[in-house]
Amino acid sequence: MAGNIMLEVVTPDRSVASEEAQIVVVPGEYGEFGVLIGHTSFLTTLKIGMLRYKDRDGSERVVFVNGGFAEALPNKVTVLAESAERRKDIDVERATAALKRAEERLAEASRREDIDFNRAQVALQRALVRVRIAETRRAR
Amino acid sequence: MATLKEIQTKIGAVKKTQKITKAMNMVAASKLRGAQEKMEAFRPYAKKFAEVLGSLAERIEVDEEHALPLIVPRTEVKTINLLLMTSDRGLCGSFNTNLIAQGMKFLKEKADQGIEARLICMGRKGRDFVRRRKHHIAGQHIGVVGARFSFNVAVKVGTELIDSFLSGETDEAYVIFSEFVSMPRQVPTLKRLLPIAGVEKGEEAQKAEEVGYIAEHICEPSAEKLMGEMLPKHVYVQIFGGLLETSTSEHAARMAAMDNATSNCDEMVTSLSLVYNKARQAAITAELMDIVGGAEALKG
Repeated sequence: MAGNIMLEVVTPDRSVASEEAQIVVVPGEYGEFGVLIGHTSFLTTLKIGMLRYKDRDGSERVVFVNGGFAEALPNKVTVLAESAERRKDIDVERATAALKRAEERLAEASRREDIDFNRAQVALQRALVRVRIAETRRAR
Repeated sequence: MATLKEIQTKIGAVKKTQKITKAMNMVAASKLRGAQEKMEAFRPYAKKFAEVLGSLAERIEVDEEHALPLIVPRTEVKTINLLLMTSDRGLCGSFNTNLIAQGMKFLKEKADQGIEARLICMGRKGRDFVRRRKHHIAGQHIGVVGARFSFNVAVKVGTELIDSFLSGETDEAYVIFSEFVSMPRQVPTLKRLLPIAGVEKGEEAQKAEEVGYIAEHICEPSAEKLMGEMLPKHVYVQIFGGLLETSTSEHAARMAAMDNATSNCDEMVTSLSLVYNKARQAAITAELMDIVGGAEALKG
């Protein structure tokens, strides 16, 4: 392999990650895709999901990404997310609570008109991915 | 001439005021640091976003008129939205006055052209002023500028603007915010948000020189669809940037105003002390005269 690719994850609040990676796996709208150095220029929207990458030493890192965009260039991947968190920064309690709330709202959505079904679904998705990522942390 | 006691009380009062202004100055300084850091943190995102959008804009063809209503100017403009950003709190010099003056000038221009304006106020000072003037307030967001706020606020406001634009209720949207140029300089700035004005192109050529290749992206979904997704976000990014700048400006303006107030207090204390000393000396002299006069009289 010809070396490492530069990864940058930025949100409006801060830069979440900015380092070299051996490989980056990005949750694209139409499916996950892996990026190695020398990738063709590629631009896509993202879904709510987990971005995985192997850092310079080969240990796997996980970042939660709340939608957004990713631009892959031969030597660099840039992820523009409205929010993103590293696995260690995820607030499990909050995510679990959000998961419960979203489930309840979804269950009630058919009966009540004041609940925005789409929004509840997105919230559910967000919470679910967060909890899932956090669980992989505990397993290690 | 005021009595000694009165002058003393006055000096005490000024000194107390000075303590307050000094404290406010320090609070503003620390808040300013926080706001500036946030602005710094946002910069990479804004820059990258503009880059990607620019490179997309480069490739989108004439058909855009149908696909992307957010960038199509209306032939006839009847109603507009104006997003007026001010601070929630005063004691920051001419900061709010400048912003409001800019807003009123703009409204007058539009009114002269027969265009009706709806105002969305972010910040209490601007809202109160506008309300007194009986302008049409379409929305208000208090407790955002100068405080801690997240990107969601910008999304919320942006969505309001976009919805009202797309529904045909309004034909244009503008924002007035305070640009943070430097510590002593904050400039009220007017920007058009909708329809989105020419996204800056031509970065591609520049990039190609730097890196040695042209980023001809493969897009997923299509470039047009991506553009459609990015344009609303572009509005959010603009609003968020404006909010950050306005907040930073507010703290900088307050810091400067309080710094001024503190040194004015110093001056006042100096001049009051002078008056006090003079009065005291005058009293002593008068007493001496009395005593001397009395002694003379006894001798006589």
